[in-house]
Amino acid sequence: MTTTSESLAPPRVRRRKLPTELSILLVLVGIALTFELLGWIFVGQSFLMNQQRLTIMILQVSVVGIIAVGVTQVIITGGIDLSSGSVVGMTAMIAASFAQSADWARPVYPALVGLPVFIPLVVGLAIGTLAGVINGSLISYTKIPPFIATLGMMVSARGVAKWYTKGQPVSGLTPEFNFIGFGIWPVVIFLGVALIFHIALRYTRYGKFTYAIGANPQAARVSGINIEKHLIKVYAIAGMLAGLAGLVTAARAQTAQAGMGVMYELDAIAAAVIGGTSLAGGQGRITGTVIGTIILGTMTSGFTFLRIDAYYQEIIKGMIIVAAVVADQYRQRKRKKV
Amino acid sequence: MVSPQTMRAVRESGAVPNAPYLLEIKNARKEFPGVVALDDVSLQLRRGTVHALMGENGAGKSTLMKIIAGIYVPDSGTVTLRGVPIRLKSPLDALENGIAMIHQELNLMPFMSVAENIWIRREPLTRFGFVDHRQLNRQTEELFTRLNIDIDPEVQVSTLSVASRQMVEIAKAVSYDSDVLIMDEPTSALTETEVAHLFAIIRDLRSQGIGIIYITHKMNELFEIADEFSVFRDGRYIGTHLSTDVTRDEIIRMMVGREITQLFPKEVVPIGEVVLSVKDLALNGVFSDITFDVRAGEILGIAGLVGSGRSNVAETIFGVTPASSGTISINGQPVDISSPTVAIQHGMAFITEDRKETGCLLSLDIQENMQLAVLQDNYTRFGFVTQNKLSAVCEEMSQKLRVKTPSLDERVENLSGGNQQKVLIGRWLLTNPKILILDEPTRGIDVGAKAEIHKLVTQLARQGVAVIMISSELPEVLGMSDRIMVMHHGRATGILDRAEADQVKIMDLAAR
Repeated sequence: MTTTSESLAPPRVRRRKLPTELSILLVLVGIALTFELLGWIFVGQSFLMNQQRLTIMILQVSVVGIIAVGVTQVIITGGIDLSSGSVVGMTAMIAASFAQSADWARPVYPALVGLPVFIPLVVGLAIGTLAGVINGSLISYTKIPPFIATLGMMVSARGVAKWYTKGQPVSGLTPEFNFIGFGIWPVVIFLGVALIFHIALRYTRYGKFTYAIGANPQAARVSGINIEKHLIKVYAIAGMLAGLAGLVTAARAQTAQAGMGVMYELDAIAAAVIGGTSLAGGQGRITGTVIGTIILGTMTSGFTFLRIDAYYQEIIKGMIIVAAVVADQYRQRKRKKV
Repeated sequence: MVSPQTMRAVRESGAVPNAPYLLEIKNARKEFPGVVALDDVSLQLRRGTVHALMGENGAGKSTLMKIIAGIYVPDSGTVTLRGVPIRLKSPLDALENGIAMIHQELNLMPFMSVAENIWIRREPLTRFGFVDHRQLNRQTEELFTRLNIDIDPEVQVSTLSVASRQMVEIAKAVSYDSDVLIMDEPTSALTETEVAHLFAIIRDLRSQGIGIIYITHKMNELFEIADEFSVFRDGRYIGTHLSTDVTRDEIIRMMVGREITQLFPKEVVPIGEVVLSVKDLALNGVFSDITFDVRAGEILGIAGLVGSGRSNVAETIFGVTPASSGTISINGQPVDISSPTVAIQHGMAFITEDRKETGCLLSLDIQENMQLAVLQDNYTRFGFVTQNKLSAVCEEMSQKLRVKTPSLDERVENLSGGNQQKVLIGRWLLTNPKILILDEPTRGIDVGAKAEIHKLVTQLARQGVAVIMISSELPEVLGMSDRIMVMHHGRATGILDRAEADQVKIMDLAAR
């Protein structure tokens, strides 16, 4: 009896995984088609057959998308990053102060105007990375929950953004700096960053460790992974991406204001979660997050297209975020029972 | 069908029908998508008896038990309680009918007191509707006296040992005045003395006419405590016997459907040089003065009661909790094991006690679990994982260990305990360890997988691996080890040679 069961062992081929993003993609298609249909009924024109609208739609969410790529990695480790929106504001302000052109009347640093463009870029990425390293170190070495550590950073970074120029906006940025926010560039940066970290998560040791820590930190530790060091890396990357988002935001607006990026952290978390990243850690993919980001953009764009009042937009958006996660939970539970 | 309300009324009136069995299940069937978990299963529980359910993991014991406890509703079949057919819809329904279950994973609220835990939802109230804490504690003390349990009702559950929590769970179940108690492997985390106490309680409950359904993997418990037992295999009912009627080998045969002639195949292998040498090892406040050597090809068993510091010694040797004093030498060279990473670099591997807590990445697939420990050194180039090479070695390893799964893409949470353990063993074998530390390697896994793991460990010893094996099961330690170190209260009380070791000597050293 035992011999038959052994010889009948099923073929052990490592089959290709069906993308779990498929269902999220279907949600996106469903939402888009709904707007298309409603568009013909109520507005008398197509929602999708409008290249300009689609471009603006992705452009609007690409900053949130850049942040979401970092936040997704943090959430996969079982953590959370609430500070990214404030880090956007802080890096926008500080980087912009190094990107002012010589002919601007009231620069922050009169001696440091007309600098080559790489200086504000490096400054911005460094500030973001520093914020992330602080987050990661607090979490790793004081063992406080990520929620608290990044909440503190959220408040303080916003404070730095306001204190930096005592609330004054930083304007008169060089055309070279503004270029990174010009036209389709934010979208290119978003998708480029997404591709890089998609590869990093799936094919590198960095990615494998990230998932392992989120799935079971003790097991990861016993398997020889230095959790503390790795978490600092992950939060540093999230911080760096928030810094990048700050640069893009300032460049796009051609000015920096202390209030930039407010609530972006929540949109980024929403994008990740809609995209199938589990807040419990250990699960999630960048492709899902990209689709989640586009879903957020489609909703904003679609509501505007249907001329739905902004107040209703927020109410409905909140409900859709919750519904997406409820659906995901349900799906997971069903899979477990099988 | 009779509603619970009617049942309760019948119970309270005392007009219990004169049924031959306390609980009877007939032709129960339960299907899950793609699996028939139970197929035409019947069971009869008599008053005042302990009825053991035996079977390998996946045999259907848990499903049956969950039907009795109201967690699952059977697709077909009948449940008859005290001669009256009932249909349980929820665990609460079951409780109200006098059926209580003590889960394997304990379900207590850690930051509430013992008394609050026991009487939750049934707290005695004062005239003003507040919880009457004095009455609550008095009630608990009465209950504990009855069960001969010595725990302070006011203490927080989180401060209790696993054994004490188990006792609280049992007290809670008894507090419902249940007629039917279901115990799912209650001794898996208990030491021998605690087991003895538990058995005394069970005998007492039995003499009060309570029927107990007792699920276990341990053969000696069956002979010690059970009156009858039923065997299941692959969702089917195999048979019911009096436990005095059969031998151990006959039961195993019924469970696995094949013969396992020898449970612990000890093989004499040539013993080589000292590989690991531990001298005066100590961890402040946990253990001290631990000195031993392990040679290549040798299996050193570590026995002792739970809480004697066995697992702590293993964790310290592996760098999880670095030692506060003492030396660890590998191949004669003193080394500073400051973290698991260092331990792995020195050729150590550590299969931890708790598969779920410190072993598996439950949400990830088999391959991700298996490759975890080798990502550090080999199999990566410029930070990129050489996936094809890894897939091949993981595949080979899982074939070799006979992990039962359709593919390596299967999530580990969907595997049985035995297969999870094999995946973890695979994780460490991929590192080609020279020193293998096993902490309770066969806890909670079925007989078949257990034997395979024992065979594997013997094989590794033959290849010259130095093995340290911690186990609470004395037959396992005695059967597998070349020498046995016994621990008690954070100290080694003796090291016995295979020839001189027996259960009595070990227990004597462990409990002095």
